[in-house]
Amino acid sequence: MAKYPTETLLSWSKAKEIRETYYKNYAAAHDKGGIRWVGGAWTFDAVPAGLGGDVYSLTSEPYGASCAFNKDFSTRAMEAAETAGYARDLCAYMRNYWGSILMNEYAFGGPFPKPDFIWQDHICCSHAKWYQVVSELEGGIPMFCVDVAVGPAEPFGTLTEAKIDYVAGQILDGIEWLEKTTGRTYDDELFIEACWNDFRSTSKWAQVCELNKAVPAPLDEKTMYSLYVLATLQKSWGVVADYYDELYDEVKDRVERGIAAVPNEQARVMSDTQPPWSALKLFRYLEQYGVVSVGSLYTFGLEGMWDFDPATGDLVPRPMPAKKPTTREEAARELVRWHLHKPEYQHFYDCDYKSQMMIAICKNWGLSGVMLHYNRGCEGLSLGIAENRLAIQEAGYPVMTFEGNMGDEREFDLGRTMQRVDAFMETLGVKKVAA
Amino acid sequence: MIEMFEEWYKSRHEYAKEWKDKTGGKVMGFFCTYVPEEILLAANVLPVRILGSHEPQNVTEPHIFGMYCPFCRDCLAQGLLGRYDYLDGMMIAQSCLHIRQAFTSWKKHMPPEFTYYLPMPHQVQSPRSIPFLRSELETFKSAVEQWVGKEITDADLDRGIELMNASRQAMRELYDTRKGPNPPMTGLEAMYAAVSNQWIDKAEHTAVVRDVIQKELAGRDLGLEGKTRLMILGSEDDDTAFVNMVEGCGSVIVTDDHCTGSRYFWNQVEPEEDRLLAIAKRYINRPACPTKDWPQRTRLDHVRMLAKEWDVAGAIIIQQKFCDPHELDIPEQRKSLDGIGVPTLFLELDVTVPVGQFKIRVEAFLEMLAEEDLF
Repeated sequence: MAKYPTETLLSWSKAKEIRETYYKNYAAAHDKGGIRWVGGAWTFDAVPAGLGGDVYSLTSEPYGASCAFNKDFSTRAMEAAETAGYARDLCAYMRNYWGSILMNEYAFGGPFPKPDFIWQDHICCSHAKWYQVVSELEGGIPMFCVDVAVGPAEPFGTLTEAKIDYVAGQILDGIEWLEKTTGRTYDDELFIEACWNDFRSTSKWAQVCELNKAVPAPLDEKTMYSLYVLATLQKSWGVVADYYDELYDEVKDRVERGIAAVPNEQARVMSDTQPPWSALKLFRYLEQYGVVSVGSLYTFGLEGMWDFDPATGDLVPRPMPAKKPTTREEAARELVRWHLHKPEYQHFYDCDYKSQMMIAICKNWGLSGVMLHYNRGCEGLSLGIAENRLAIQEAGYPVMTFEGNMGDEREFDLGRTMQRVDAFMETLGVKKVAA
Repeated sequence: MIEMFEEWYKSRHEYAKEWKDKTGGKVMGFFCTYVPEEILLAANVLPVRILGSHEPQNVTEPHIFGMYCPFCRDCLAQGLLGRYDYLDGMMIAQSCLHIRQAFTSWKKHMPPEFTYYLPMPHQVQSPRSIPFLRSELETFKSAVEQWVGKEITDADLDRGIELMNASRQAMRELYDTRKGPNPPMTGLEAMYAAVSNQWIDKAEHTAVVRDVIQKELAGRDLGLEGKTRLMILGSEDDDTAFVNMVEGCGSVIVTDDHCTGSRYFWNQVEPEEDRLLAIAKRYINRPACPTKDWPQRTRLDHVRMLAKEWDVAGAIIIQQKFCDPHELDIPEQRKSLDGIGVPTLFLELDVTVPVGQFKIRVEAFLEMLAEEDLF
């Protein structure tokens, strides 16, 4: 007999549909005279939105993850990238993406749709370089990249006006570049609306994740991967912002009625870094122990916007800006100020900042332990992970580590990892529950 | 005189400790050549580049995941083993992720009295980067003033700029002596000179470089004429055993582009009224680390220029294992050098290198280059 009632998420198929539409829109963009562009999941996607309503994007990391789901496709893509001379220890998403171009195969069918321009951001070593190579592989595509690595935001550092000037200034330069590159006149109203949707999406997603403090957790991390991803595709799209409003209401209702993601929830953990996308059944395996992964700083904060309060040691969803910007310059500065507070930017400057936020999740989401994916596929999000492990242990939480690769399934051993999980469950004092 | 560089290379810690005793001054350990040493020199601080020791170690595993480069782990190991316990301060200028971990773990576990993270911009091709860096240098200067307990004046900055410029000029001239058909110094000697420059008192080092150029190199014949002329490029490299082996195979390394070599000293500060702006411009405009070489690849032109001006026959690309920034550049670098008739040999370096296996590869590479002369 299950401990808690459970239900399928009602808005699940809508999330899938939005994702499918997104990828189809990108591929079919030229059919009706539209524009398509590429960039990372952290790029300021609100900016190209000012070029018109027929502008479609393909964000690199989710695309790389989609490739990784299809092991055959991914292996061929990786081998194509390696044959072209790129090292095997480079970002796995990047190699999947380049491989797609080299093979001229789109993971969703058909030839790889060549973008009209590249609009990227840069914080990890690979970001800008990824697209430098994309431009070269595609015979030279115009590229603009915004450097966002200006140092930590509050409470860990101070975002001076000079830092905002630097990043917002690049955005304003980028808008002029977009006009020249596309021949279109930029629409500031569309840009402002897109910024506002960006704030809505990322703030609301954080509020959804906050609901997972409830016992039982209304959502499990594997499900959350299919939901947070929409913000990585296009957080400035009104469709995504509206969806998260709907999702929030549904999840709040689940909390009020005590609906569980894992009906036999008896322990709660979190993970960190991207999961091994080819082996998400690992999360289903946890459920055999009645263990739910309630999320991670990655799932919560890759796109979700939070404030960390060192005084209370809590993470709270960042409130929306007080008012909508009214000019291009205001919108650019507000967008920059918003995104520089991203939780997953802070550890680029000191691993301790991330440790503090991870411990905040442990405390406030009622965790028994932590599972850290020592992810060879991403130097950016694995940055400082060994120190995070030490800090979380010092804070009194058991930690399990497993080595793998988010996007290269040749570097992940599911069987061995499940054995580590078994041992970890013993540490937590948790036994498998009856089905 | 030229042996002084090797002596300094081998006795880096003893030198710094003696300097402290002699001057009563503070020593700042630093990671990355984007650190604005002009400001440290203006504050009478001795900047000391933190490098590894090329010995296997087992102390960094709990702190840095093994997939990060061996260089960053070797650097952190030095701190964990107490070899830099004389440091009063430690800083980094934002560059690659890997070395950042050495800095943050060091700061966490063995913090000296002063630490600093300078957010050196990556988008150096945007004009916006200059005012941004200038403002960060202002903040950094204030932090250093608080640390040393003394204001840094314009006159101090002029002195710091002059010391660095003089050092860079001297090193450029030293490297220029290797352009001729009979280089008066080996690549190993040049490596000792370039690397020791990164932790010795600048005035003292510059004086020895000048003496070596004027009194020792003129007319010095090491019998290097006719040896295959090579360049090395890539990640950080101060692996003297490796360089010695390469030259022992019948070659001479005449120039380089890597992070402990010429990239450190290549360009000058062009003095202007706003000293911090002048310093900012120098670091923005210097030969770029791959982490900052985008969207245009400016490194390709620079490396081709070095290859042509130093008349190299081949290039050995040395890449620290797992070094993402260089891995992202290497395919294009190889194509670029191939395009001007300079074949490349790619070698992946670790803390220690398999000298025997690499020797076979180097010998084969040199044979290949020699056959091109034959036919």
